[in-house]
Amino acid sequence: MADKYISKEKIVRLFKDGQTIMCGGFANHGVPNKLIDCLLESGARHLTLISNDSGDADLTIGRLIRQGVVDKLIASHIGRNTDTIQLVEEGKIELELVPQGSLAERIRCGGSGLGGVLTKTGLGTMVAQGKQVITVNNEEYLLETALRADIALVRARTSDPLGNLTYHGTMQNFNPLVAKASAITLVDADMHVDIGELPLDSIVTPGAYVDYVLAAEESDHERA
Amino acid sequence: MNARERIAKQAAAYFAPGDVVNLGIGIPSLCGDYAAPGVMFHTENGLVGVGAICDGMLAVEGFSNATAMRFIPVPGASAFDSAESFGLVRSGKLAATVLGALQVAENGDLANWASPGRVFGMGGAMDLVNGARKVIIAMELTTRDGKSKILKQCSFPLTGKNCVDHIVTEQCVIDVTRDGLVLVALLEGLTPADIQKQIEPRLIVADHLATMPV
Repeated sequence: MADKYISKEKIVRLFKDGQTIMCGGFANHGVPNKLIDCLLESGARHLTLISNDSGDADLTIGRLIRQGVVDKLIASHIGRNTDTIQLVEEGKIELELVPQGSLAERIRCGGSGLGGVLTKTGLGTMVAQGKQVITVNNEEYLLETALRADIALVRARTSDPLGNLTYHGTMQNFNPLVAKASAITLVDADMHVDIGELPLDSIVTPGAYVDYVLAAEESDHERA
Repeated sequence: MNARERIAKQAAAYFAPGDVVNLGIGIPSLCGDYAAPGVMFHTENGLVGVGAICDGMLAVEGFSNATAMRFIPVPGASAFDSAESFGLVRSGKLAATVLGALQVAENGDLANWASPGRVFGMGGAMDLVNGARKVIIAMELTTRDGKSKILKQCSFPLTGKNCVDHIVTEQCVIDVTRDGLVLVALLEGLTPADIQKQIEPRLIVADHLATMPV
């Protein structure tokens, strides 16, 4: 059976200017840092980044902001990253703020063949501006549309050669969601096991969603 | 007990054993210290069963709350992705959320994520006020320069409309009701008039006014 392992050099070549990149991680935690290294090495610019937040200044995903490769950011919170705040204020990054739960659902929809989701979150606030309000069973909801990307960056705890993934604790966060919602899904796993070693009931992301797994020798086990 | 701790203790009195509760940053994050045993704490990134904040030799890899502080999960904790996390928030299974506020209006409108020149993002706050069965605001009654935070109408961008149930401050507890704001508890030594002069809307005084110990 063909495995999905790929070298860092080959991953670097997948990134192009103008792509939309989706990235797992939440407040610097459970971030696919090795794949962010690859993205930075590629030199790709003018990216649209979809992520819960933009990390801290020059840390984890925040390195993409510091290097100036992001033109547009779709996120729920930027308050941790002073670079992002400054670049948004200067108009150098276009920011779309989405409530956290709605962002998670928009990505989930994108990965599940759905056009969007109806939620009460954001009704009567700035978030509702320009969005459709739909009445179902006499209740008003906001239509939040699906999000997809060209490439997803996923941090997993364990991967097997087919890209079946498990996660650990709160390092899970947006990772299983972004894993499903992109044309190409890349995985940075802390540990690698053989086929059959993961109890099949504990697999969170089926390998069917995964295109490439960063080869084991490229992965670093000692990370925050 | 300082003012912040007094607010947290008073807000934690709303939790019952078995409740799943989400705590915001700042004063709300202190509520865990005063909660009844058996209350389970939720974190937005995706876990129910947040335990003590820890670092150094107690730090457990892989457990970090929504503000990136490491914690020890309690026995019986469960971890899941962020879509599941907010599904739980909106499902009605989240008993309460305790949040800070910049402004609260007479009708329960809340503004707590942006003020002029400071737009950092709402994070999970809009989902929490939409989904939690009880929305408790834990805050100091006025701004640092003595301006009222309880207003007839919010001027800052809203987090949610008509969403606040209780406002817990260092001086009093105010319930948001259909009739208006009702003063239900008052710090020992203060009078309702002391509170009224610090807030903009007219305050209704409850028939049975509780006393908050200093």
